[in-house]
Amino acid sequence: MLTSREELDAELGEAARAWLDAALAEAADDAARPQTAADDATRSEAAADGAARSGAAADASRTAASPYASPSWELRYAAAGRHCGQRHADSVRSLLLVEARAPLASITRLYEQGTAAERRAVLLTLHLLDLGDTALPLVEDALRANDTRLVAAAVGPYAADHLAPHAWRHAVLKCLFTEVPVAAVARLADRSRGDTELARMLTDFAAERTAAGRPVPEDLRTALALTAPAGHPAPPTAAPAPTEES
Amino acid sequence: MRIFDPHIHMTSRTTDDYRAMYDAGVRALVEPSFWLGQPRTSPASFFDYFDALLGWEPFRASQYGIAHHCTLALNPKEANDPRCTPVLDALPRYLVKDSVVAVGEIGYDSMTPAEDHALAAQLQLAADHELPALVHTPHRDKLAGLHRTIDVVRESDLAPEHVLLDHLNETTVRDALDSGCWAGFSIYPDTKMDEDRMVAVLRNHGTERILVNSAADWGRSDPLKTRKVADAMLKAGFTEDDVDQVLWRNPVAFYGRSGRLHLDVPAPDALHEGNSILRGGE
Repeated sequence: MLTSREELDAELGEAARAWLDAALAEAADDAARPQTAADDATRSEAAADGAARSGAAADASRTAASPYASPSWELRYAAAGRHCGQRHADSVRSLLLVEARAPLASITRLYEQGTAAERRAVLLTLHLLDLGDTALPLVEDALRANDTRLVAAAVGPYAADHLAPHAWRHAVLKCLFTEVPVAAVARLADRSRGDTELARMLTDFAAERTAAGRPVPEDLRTALALTAPAGHPAPPTAAPAPTEES
Repeated sequence: MRIFDPHIHMTSRTTDDYRAMYDAGVRALVEPSFWLGQPRTSPASFFDYFDALLGWEPFRASQYGIAHHCTLALNPKEANDPRCTPVLDALPRYLVKDSVVAVGEIGYDSMTPAEDHALAAQLQLAADHELPALVHTPHRDKLAGLHRTIDVVRESDLAPEHVLLDHLNETTVRDALDSGCWAGFSIYPDTKMDEDRMVAVLRNHGTERILVNSAADWGRSDPLKTRKVADAMLKAGFTEDDVDQVLWRNPVAFYGRSGRLHLDVPAPDALHEGNSILRGGE
């Protein structure tokens, strides 16, 4: 999980702390920079088409030299693990995004141009940014991935708040398919309660696994139990009994 | 036996290959970006490829207990296509990524002015990003190509000990080693080098600064050639320590110059029990 700035300061060495201070200052400077028309155009363009590599237009207004140039804090975003330790990379990247009050154009660019680890940090931070539901294309992209690190990061609080019912149910199912623990799904109990369609999908999946002679994931039973209406716990036999597992 | 394949194109290989490589002792590899057989027509096509080398392919490798790193560059062949050369402008934002351990494959294909420019520009990018460089030597006119490559390296800001000259053979090994660069050999079923010739090269030139790779790709090639060279070395009287030096410590030392090698990938567990790569909706 993400570590706070205070906890990081306690854990990082002097050089790493200095690097983090400088990186956060650059991010804050960028946040304070007035948004340009190009930023706004990019923002709406990115909102309209999450697949576009749309950050270039905004950056061209800052650095005319190259259409591929990025603000300095975005380069630090990539190098965070090398300076602060790989185990702190998610937290440091998340802090940078929050400090920069990263607009949709920035997070879209960082996600689309990011390694899997960089994409994960974007996904883990979405709920801390003021984006409304405009970043849903990134979540949907991650849920199409088969990289379990991305799937797990995509089903956090932002997805719980903004994913439409159909996409959210498929996200739960995707976790079961790819063996991402359903514990990763934020507010699973809240959103599942009384969801008869999710219950049907889970029951069908269990039947399919049973018909194939394959075990039903324990997490499926967990999720299925949560679909019972409030005050009506699901019967323990709701999922078909597996044929081969213990 | 632990093996590091310092040049293999896993994008073109199957999960069966990953499993066989793990079983043969491969625990780490470097995948250089290169020509895909089908020409690309825009920088965006490169970006998707680079993203795959930084995202999906390391995930696939990790499922089989193999550490995956990559080298990124505009390859020599497509350096001649003006539709592709804007990739050079975008490389800086890719070269800051964690798992990029060198700039490569760069070098010569047909030794054109466009290739001169791309090679010099990318050696400079390597120097600027404190990365080593993986330099492909041409298949045609190889010795002349090697000499021209060494000249360009000497004129660059990148010290020769940060350069790996690859696809060498008996005719190019001496000059490559004398230049101060590292020497790479690609072992192929039919072309380039074979195991026994490789053993002879090691007998004649020692085991310092020499790397052996399979360069396996979409063509006729064999991702287990590294192990086959190791076996041929042992059969020829080299020690296990010699094998470890050539097939593990030398590539670790070379790519370790990037400061970005992470070799601690957990061993696969359930994967060897019959599950293939985790794929939703299989």
